[in-house]
Amino acid sequence: MTKETNTYSASGEVGSIRQRRTRWERSWLTLKKAPPTAIFGMIVILIYALVSIFAPLLAPFGEADSQFSAYQGFNKTHLLGTDQIGRDILTRLIYGARNTIGIALITTILSFVIGMSLGLIAAINRSYLDQALSRGVDVLMAIPSLIFALMLLSIFGSSTLSLICIMAVLDSTRVFRLTRAVSMNVVVMDYVEAAALRGEKLAWIMRREILPNIWPPLVAEFGLRFCFVFLAIAALSFLGVGIQPPTADWGTMVREMAALIQFAKYDILKGITPLLPAACIALLTVSVNFVVDWFLHLTSGIRDEQ
Amino acid sequence: MNNKQKGDILLEMKDVVIDGFSDDRWHEIIKGIDLTIRRGEVIGLIGESGAGKSTLGKAAMGFAQPGCRLTSGSIIFDSQELMTQPEKQKRKLWGSKIAYVAQSAAASFNPAHRLIDQTTESGIRHGLMTKQDAQADAIELYRAMQLPEADTIGFRYPHQVSGGQLQRAMTAMAMTSRPELIIFDEPTTALDVTTQVEVLASMRDAVAKFNTAAIYITHDLAVVAQMADRIMVLRYGETMEEAETTKMLKNPSHEYTKSLWSVRSIEKKATTSTDKILEVNNVSAAYGKNLNVLHDIKISVPRRKTVALVGESGSGKSTIARVVTGLLPANAGEVLFNGEPLPAALSGRSTKQLQKIQMIYQMADTAMNPRHTVGEIIGRPLEFYLGLKGEAKETRIIELLEMIELDESFFDRLPGELSGGQKQRICIARALAAEPELIICDEVTSALDQIVQEGILKLLLKLQNDLGVSYIFITHDIATVRAISDEIVVMLEGKVIEQGMKDEIFSPPHPEYTELLLSSVPEMDPNWLTELLKKRATG
Repeated sequence: MTKETNTYSASGEVGSIRQRRTRWERSWLTLKKAPPTAIFGMIVILIYALVSIFAPLLAPFGEADSQFSAYQGFNKTHLLGTDQIGRDILTRLIYGARNTIGIALITTILSFVIGMSLGLIAAINRSYLDQALSRGVDVLMAIPSLIFALMLLSIFGSSTLSLICIMAVLDSTRVFRLTRAVSMNVVVMDYVEAAALRGEKLAWIMRREILPNIWPPLVAEFGLRFCFVFLAIAALSFLGVGIQPPTADWGTMVREMAALIQFAKYDILKGITPLLPAACIALLTVSVNFVVDWFLHLTSGIRDEQ
Repeated sequence: MNNKQKGDILLEMKDVVIDGFSDDRWHEIIKGIDLTIRRGEVIGLIGESGAGKSTLGKAAMGFAQPGCRLTSGSIIFDSQELMTQPEKQKRKLWGSKIAYVAQSAAASFNPAHRLIDQTTESGIRHGLMTKQDAQADAIELYRAMQLPEADTIGFRYPHQVSGGQLQRAMTAMAMTSRPELIIFDEPTTALDVTTQVEVLASMRDAVAKFNTAAIYITHDLAVVAQMADRIMVLRYGETMEEAETTKMLKNPSHEYTKSLWSVRSIEKKATTSTDKILEVNNVSAAYGKNLNVLHDIKISVPRRKTVALVGESGSGKSTIARVVTGLLPANAGEVLFNGEPLPAALSGRSTKQLQKIQMIYQMADTAMNPRHTVGEIIGRPLEFYLGLKGEAKETRIIELLEMIELDESFFDRLPGELSGGQKQRICIARALAAEPELIICDEVTSALDQIVQEGILKLLLKLQNDLGVSYIFITHDIATVRAISDEIVVMLEGKVIEQGMKDEIFSPPHPEYTELLLSSVPEMDPNWLTELLKKRATG
């Protein structure tokens, strides 16, 4: 309190509120308090992002350049050796980051666009439309998604486009569920009613009144869904219906070099080769989860015991 | 049970300091308070929210709620030092010698168990009584609390009794162990005035009957005047004043206490006008299919005047607001605005019609999007209805902020960074931004402290003078009605019981319900309750 008066004055309270920090200052403060796991995760994600963006500059050879002799071990020219048709493995890993992460990211974004808009509409509308959408989603969720994806991919053919679309639709069911559940709590608030009373359009209410209030759980879910999509695509590629050669991708690389594991007892380095793309997948998934965990903890408002 | 002398010191708190944790550090929220309670004495703690009343009340049990810690001082209860006592020993006291009655009984009862099982639970669990004895005792207590059908009411579930009955059952539960000290934390704040009287009377009798000492926490002076022998006024965690009830009411010495008294001093001369801005003609409305919650309502609002809708919760006050705004289309009757019929449903109304009727809500917290800044909240109606943009919009927002007695510095704040009164002011500014002719105020002051209430009411009156808006003022608080209204509509069970000019309604003769409602409003006279009960018993 700047001064104590005995009658209430609203502007007298001004002094009691601490100075408002800018958005940037506030994010920096939170960032500084992040636990080491989250910092580790963020650094790894940053490195992956940089590698994907600058892949052509970083890679020592061309993506599908197969002019070298096959199955070379680790050596000076090919730091991580070459694969079964003589492509440089380091190069394939770098380009693989770009393709695998890029496709997973596009798929996740698409699934969020679909799931979030339908979920919001269902939550606001609450009539037969909500029922129809929710039951449709129940049906989709009842079928194991990997098997469903395999089936759809064999119907539509495994091009990158159909891979993205199919995975996005299947994954949007979870996003729909979450969005509908969290926005249900926001839709009943007076400010949404106030906006409706003002005569606002549905799209404005969705975008300006509801969306900002359900961001935190959705962002956290985005990280998790990204991991799942990433793993699902890697799995589909491993099964041969995902990303098609010669495009480099980590799932396919694991499959193509899986046979090398049996030589591990003769040459440990050879045996490690198929594990490299798998390790890339694992590291990214773990890192994203670290960051998401921290973010969830922040937004859930749970205080650590003092 | 209580063989100790009335008048002996029961609880002595000396220089108690309590810290609360917020913004990553500890703040002092109780700054060294002394409090002494003798056996059989009731002490009232009053103050606005955030004054530390509840924290101090809980500290009297030696309890610090999560996020708080007892820092220093001493709390001696019945010659035991609670400050240093381990939790395990304090637990033995709680529920046996000290009991606590919370504000919301509905939230404190387990909905899955019968009342009597919850009342007797602690006695049976501690092995003090057999089940039969405990139940007989509970029924005895229900009778002492003047619950209807005391023999059988305990076998109902919490949802089967009313809010006032539940609050009394809660007090009965606290009484089971015949505690020496009971802490009442705003036990009647959530109740209607008519129910409040019964609950207050039964609590007071029970406390006197069992010679229990009590701490009564409230922000309502008139209520505390009925209950307490002594009153302590708190502000910012410090004692402002402490005195005998009669002495303090007659002659408050501290400035702050005086300002608490002056709250009920707004007076407005009631006038009327034949120029009606809104007419509600024979409207009936229902939430489900056939069950009408409004029956044949006929009210009108004169231009530049205030009509207060009064009644207890569930009487249909807010439903009228929903019909007028179009949120709930009426199934019979019509609403005329400026002489022209309004389409029943919201979707049928034009932007112009929407603009002219604005609404202010009870809970300013939920009426503003927590992610929008003050500038965005007030700016939206300006942009939406008046098409203001850029600099023109900004200038107008600042004008509006000044109109509600705030200033430019609020522009970039989020609602979470405002106090309760400031939030409600921003809501008023948002309604004004639309340049409405009619504002519906739905219990706008009931969530606020009395001092803040006064500020808001004065502001609303000033705005009516300056801008000529009309208000429909929905409230259950008679003091507010007295302060602000020109005309009054009394409602009960979806029907209009009585309507007319303020002075007419407030002067006898009254229909039965209006009489009950008016006489139930606590007055600042320590004998008010006693006399009211005497009058009702004989009358």
